[in-house]
This record gives sequence, C-alpha cells and structure tokens, in this order.
Amino acid sequence: MKITVNGTQHDIDVEPDMPLLWVLRDELGITGPKYGCGIAQCGACTVHMNGEAVKSCQVAAEDIDGEVVTIEGLGTPDAMHAVQSAWVEHQVAQCGYCQSGQMMTAAAFVLETPAPTDDEIDEAMSSNLCRCGTYPRICAAVKTAAKNLSEA
Amino acid sequence: MGKLKTIARRSFIIGSAAIVGGVAFGVYRYKTPYANPLLNDLSEGEAALTAYVKIDASGITLITPRADSGQGAYSVQAILIAEELDVELDQINVDPGMPDKAYYNTALGADGAPFAPTDDSFAANTTRTVMDSLMKFMGMQITGGSTTVPDSYEKLRAAGAVARETLKMAAAEKTGIAVSDLTTKAGKVITPDGTEIRYEDLAAIAATLKPVEDVTLRDPSTWRILGKQHQRFDTVAKSTGTQAYGIDFRREGMVHAMVRTNPRRGGEMISFDDTEAKAMRGVQKVLPITGGIAVVADNTWRAIQAANAVEIEWGTAPYPAEMDGHWQALSDSFNEDQQDSRQRDDGDVVAAMDGADVIEAEYRAPYLAHAPLEPISAVVEVSEGRVDVWTGTQIPRFVQTNVSKLTGVDFDDVHVHVLMMGGSFGHRLEDRVVKEAAEIAMQMPGVPVKLTYSREEDMAHNDTRQIAMARGRGTVKNGQVETMDLGIAMPSVVASQMGRQGLSLPGPDTQIVAGAWEQPLSIPNYRITGYRAPELAPISSWRSVGASTNGFFHDVFLDELIHAAGADQMEERLRLCWHVPSRKVLEKIAKMSNWGAPLAPNKGRGVGFCMSFGVAVAEVVEVTNTDDGIKLDKVWVAAEVGKVVDPNMFENMVQGGVNWALGHAIMSEITYSDGMTEQENFDTFESLRMYQSPNIEVAGLENGDHVRGMGEPMVPPAAAALSNAIFAATGQRIREMPMNKFIDFV
Repeated sequence: MKITVNGTQHDIDVEPDMPLLWVLRDELGITGPKYGCGIAQCGACTVHMNGEAVKSCQVAAEDIDGEVVTIEGLGTPDAMHAVQSAWVEHQVAQCGYCQSGQMMTAAAFVLETPAPTDDEIDEAMSSNLCRCGTYPRICAAVKTAAKNLSEA
Repeated sequence: MGKLKTIARRSFIIGSAAIVGGVAFGVYRYKTPYANPLLNDLSEGEAALTAYVKIDASGITLITPRADSGQGAYSVQAILIAEELDVELDQINVDPGMPDKAYYNTALGADGAPFAPTDDSFAANTTRTVMDSLMKFMGMQITGGSTTVPDSYEKLRAAGAVARETLKMAAAEKTGIAVSDLTTKAGKVITPDGTEIRYEDLAAIAATLKPVEDVTLRDPSTWRILGKQHQRFDTVAKSTGTQAYGIDFRREGMVHAMVRTNPRRGGEMISFDDTEAKAMRGVQKVLPITGGIAVVADNTWRAIQAANAVEIEWGTAPYPAEMDGHWQALSDSFNEDQQDSRQRDDGDVVAAMDGADVIEAEYRAPYLAHAPLEPISAVVEVSEGRVDVWTGTQIPRFVQTNVSKLTGVDFDDVHVHVLMMGGSFGHRLEDRVVKEAAEIAMQMPGVPVKLTYSREEDMAHNDTRQIAMARGRGTVKNGQVETMDLGIAMPSVVASQMGRQGLSLPGPDTQIVAGAWEQPLSIPNYRITGYRAPELAPISSWRSVGASTNGFFHDVFLDELIHAAGADQMEERLRLCWHVPSRKVLEKIAKMSNWGAPLAPNKGRGVGFCMSFGVAVAEVVEVTNTDDGIKLDKVWVAAEVGKVVDPNMFENMVQGGVNWALGHAIMSEITYSDGMTEQENFDTFESLRMYQSPNIEVAGLENGDHVRGMGEPMVPPAAAALSNAIFAATGQRIREMPMNKFIDFV
C-alpha cells in the first residue's frame, strides 16, 4: 500500500484495519500525532487528509485517501505555519500533548473561517480535549492565526 | 524569606529550611551535603560547580531535577539559576539530570508537618526542619505538593551565585586581576578593560578550585529575569509537534508491549487463554507478569489488539463491588474509634449547639481519574549488570529502588532517564507501569521493551482521587457565624500511596483534613475532625490531594452558615479571617469582581476561599441560569504566592487549574460496579471542553513572607465557588460532586 505523508510517499505493509494513527507513529516514526483515547474523543491524533481535519485513530489504513499532512508537515520550528506562530506568541502549551491535534483542527478551521466568532471557535475546537485546560489561550491563538492568515 | 542574605554553600544544599525558620539552622544531624552526583560522570574539561550547574566547552547546562509535567518546572528552575549565574535564557541548555539523593525535596517535608502554614511559631519551624531532615534521609527526589518553587527559590539562586563567584575566581587566576575588579554578564566574566572571557573557557580552571563557600543573593530590585515574562524552553517544540514525550521514545530493536491485569484492583488472575492472541500478526510472546499477562508485539496497536483478545477469568475485588458499599464505609467512619485527627478545636462547639437551632448538612465527593492526556508508558532494557529505564515520572528515586529490587541489579546500575510528561496531575507519582515493563524486560534480556497502556487500561488501573464525605453542624447568632463543626471521612491517601512503595504512615494523615483545618478563620466555636475510613479501592494524590475534596466541603458549609446568618458572603468571610495576606486576597477578589454590584436577572455569584499548600486563594464564579441549564460566565482568581516567578506561566497554570477544578466538579466521576471502574475512556469520563470554559481573570499577590508553588492551590476553592454561585442564582444548594447529577449545565 502506498501513502503520501507530508509530501513523501511511503510503502506500507499493514493490516487493512490498522488505524492511520499507528501507521504514522509506529510504522513511519512520525510522532507529532498523539495517541490519547483511540475512540475519537480527544482529538490529539488529528491530521489533515485531503486538506480536511480528521481523527487519525478512526481512519483505517485501507481508507487512507489522498495526501496526509501531520503537524510536522504543517510547519517546522524554522518555518512555522501561522497557526504554530500564534501558538508560540500566546504560549498556549502547558504539557502540550494535545496541542498538535488542536493546531491541526485550528489550521483547517481558520482556512474556512477567516474571521471566526467566539461561538464558531467553540464549536470548531470543542472536539479536541485539553486536560491542562489551556482553552482561553487556544481561543486567543486561533483568533490571532485567523487574523494573520487573512492579512497575509 | 530573604532575611538571611548570606547563604553558605553548605546551607543551601540542605535547603530552604534554614531560611524559612532561621531558628533551626545548624542543628541538623547532617552538615555535610551529599556528594555531588555530577562529579561521578564528568568527562575531562567539565567542571561541576554545584549539583545544578554544569559547564563545559560545549556550553552551560542547568540541571533542573524537578520533573516537568506541563507546569513549566524546567523553565522556572532555569530562571532561578540564571538570575544569579548571569546567563541569558537563550544561552543555556536545560537537563533534568539523573536522579540522585542530593536533589531531595525539602519543601514537601515541610508541608507534611502538623502545623498550619500560617504558624510561624518556634515549634512550627523547628518541626518543619525536622521533617526536612526526614526527607533528606529518605533521599526523596519528588515532584509534587506544589513544592518546586518553594523548594528551589533560595537553593537554585544560591547555586547560580556559587557558580558565578567560582568562575570569577577562575578568571582571577587566569588573568591575575583581583576578583573584586571582575564583573559578569551574559555568560562571560568581564575584566576592567572590557575583555570578555566565556564561562566555558573558565570551566577547566574552575574545576581545580575549591568552590566559593559563602555568597550573597542579590536584592530583588536588581533582578533581570526573575519575576518577568519569558518564553518557556518548550514552547516552540510544543507548538510544532517536535516535543518528544515518554510515549514517543524509541530504541533500536525495541518491542512493544501491552498488559492486562485484574480490573478488580488487587484481585487475582484465575486463568487465561491466549490461543487467539498468539496467532495474531506481529505478536511475539504472551508472558506472565504479576497479576496478569503481557503481550509483546512489533507495534503498539498490535499489542493492544492482541492483549484484548486474550480471554481472562478474573477473581473478585478486595473492596466493595458496588458504590453503595464504598459510601456506607465512609458513612460508618464518623465515630471516635476512627477519629484520625482533631487539629482544630476552638471554643466549645458542643456547648454552643446545646439547645440552639443547628444547621446541618452532608457533602460527598467522588473518586476521580487523573487521566493526563498522554497514557502512561515506560521503556526498560535489562542488560548484563545494568538496567535502563526511560519514562515520565515524578518519583525517579523510587523507580530506581523498585527496579533494582525487582531485577536484582545493583541500585547504582539502574539508570532512570526522566522524559517529558504529557500531563500528570499526580498520576506519575505511581510507578506500576515501570515495574510491569521491568518484569517483561527481565524475560527478554538485551531487548528494549516499551510498555504503553491503552487509555482503557490506564483508566481501569488509575489510582484515583479519594472518595470523601463530610458532615457539618453549626449555628449563627446576631447575623454572624458562631459555630462550625465539620467532620470529614475518607480513606488515607498517603497510606494507600506509601503502601504501594512498601512504606507505612506513622500517625495521622493530615491530608484527611487538609484544606479545612488550617483555614485562617476565627470562628468562636470551630472544630475540624478527620475520620479515617478503611482502605477501599486504591487511591493516590490527585491535584491538590485532600484539599481537592475538603476545600469544597468546608467552604460550601461556611457559605450555608453565612447565608443562614443573613450576612454578605464576602463581608462575613473578611470579618472571620484573621490572616492579613489572606484578607488581602479576599479584598482583591472583591475589587476585581466588583462584588456587590447589581447583577442581571438569572445571574448569581459565589465566592470560594481555601488555603492549601500555604497559598491563600479566593475565587468568584459568576453563572447564568439559562433555559438550557447553568452557564459559566466568568471566574476571578486571586492568590497569595509570595513571588510570581513568571507571570505568563502563572496565568496559564491558574486558568488551566480552574478549568480542571470546574470541569471535574461539574461532570466527572469514577464509579465501581462489579468491582471494576465503569468509566473506560473520555466518552464516559467526561472532561471540560472549550465551549464550557469560562473567561478567567487572574491576580497573583506578593504580600506574604513565604514563596509558594501554584500547581494545585487554585483547585480547592473553585468547586465551592461554583456551588455557591449556583445557590445564589437558583436557590438550589449542591452538596455533592459531580454537580450535573443535580442540575443541568449548558
């Protein structure tokens, strides 16, 4: 089976029902997407598939369709995506374990919603859990990212 | 703090105890510090000036032994060292180092002593220093009890100062210029003619010198770094997916394991059938471990799938199978035989209630999971005469001891590498995952074994927050609170936790009454009694420990009494509070929230106050009673911490902690049925989400004499303030958590 992750094509030999999350983490060594619940409740595993934010723990290997982008493909420490820069500017992270997923959800959201309201942010981001409770800063960072992207 | 400006190197090694009290200085049985652990592991050209600073040709490394579970502990520790060392934060590396008894935690012992944190008497300070000695004997390198800042505040600055002065001596030797003519800046010693010598270039000479013994800490007015806002060391990594956590750790040739042990905690495994599991793709072995089995596979997911395919018959639980039995055990514990402590007994509560109208109420708080978002994991490799452990832990020394005992490998040959943790909240004060990984690794010598718990296994085997119950009786008179008699029953958290480490708890467990007995209130008749319930399901320290339940009990009951007295909730709390820094906290929160201002219809406000871990915290919660249920509008928080080391980290941590407290108070519980937890994952163990998160305004106050940690103290008052706000908005008094069993929330 061939899949493309962050612009690189990989050959994988896995069971058809192995979740994309574990293909990424254990087969390809791409550890930005995190395991938190395995049942689409926490969103720590969120990646983009064909530009859409999806919970990679719920995508079976046989259903991988189109290019996969993980947090590592969104931007790097030397060339950050607008969402990542906003996360740094607001110093959102405490433990940080959920933040890869939060940023992937946010990155897809701000493309569709360039000037989000608080209610829209609440709705878009509430599928991602943060046990440290950094929601006030996530909300602020989403706004900053949306603003910077729409002005770019 | 700060009374003793000159700190001898010997005294900073034994820690802040000498500063807090001043009285017991020099009476320690130990005057010689533990040998410097860095000296054992130095390559040529490296000079270890203290246990906290390491300098070699490649750079300056600050050793930050308190673990980081997301609270920014590494950054806080580095700020303290860098302030005195005269280095910029972007010039240094931060390394948690290897566990060693020289990194013992003095502040944790101080908080275990049976004196209120507001008690500065001779006896209190003397006992605190004795407790410090105990901590040192035990060599406890523990991160917990909100102690990182208080433990480090003097010690790490002194470490930075000792290093700086010794580097100046080295520069004097190199240049022939007197030390008094040298200055330091940005990692360099500067001579009178402006020549700059990098610390790295002085390391070799410094290594040959006897370190400076006495240093003077700088006046706070000169601080460049401490108290200012900085970017945490981990912010960029955690914003780009490049931060590696324990669960991300890999070794060449590593295998992946998953375990199953009895979900009826402590029960036995009767039989198992692994036929199906063994036939699954990637499965290498099914191995026995204590109380269960382990599946070893070539991938985490395959190990989890195969472990779940093993059919296992489990024995019964050693505690009541259903919740009714747990609550009954607590209810039956309010008696003299089970009385654990009565550290407050002011006035005469019995006489005061005789013939009076007595207000009575009963309160309950459930078991709760820690459930940090990163499930627990450990990598263990057993090789010839050596064991390596890589894991996120708050108790590296216990891990080292336990792995040594289990494997028979000498203590000094067990190497514990502490990795970044994706949250803890007390979860990583337990080390079962490491012991299980070691049991597997012993059966596969030379192979690194990574054990990762599935979320379901993590939830089923969480040593939860204690279950607790309280009964209050009180009277009011002439518009004032006259009598408050509160009894609290819970099993001993400390006994349960220490029991798993093979230790026993001598004397009462102060956690049974923490967050209640030490409140700085002068109620004329005031009694707080702790009752020790029998051991039930395993429990452990959950963010703010005893105070997490008792802050709720104490302050909601106080709210009920003040309401019965017909007094204003803020004014009566202020009238009752004798402790000046705590009064300032209440005054601040009243001002921030504009307490007393008229509210829109259907809105209500509640105030909560709790002193825990020595930190006085007041919170005001404002809610609206909507057609869809209670909506959290706004929270104000004021906390007395002595010194805010970094205002940015402080605000984030306090806001998050308030969300943590409110979320659990509203919707979370762990319950047992058939001896097993009924909540397996985040679908049933619910957690606060963004749409429920209120606006939270935070103020850190610096009026007190003691510098305190803020990892936990924002938790206890939050649930009380919420319950009190709901009462104000609806007239419905909620005395049990989770509150959504009694009222709807938006």
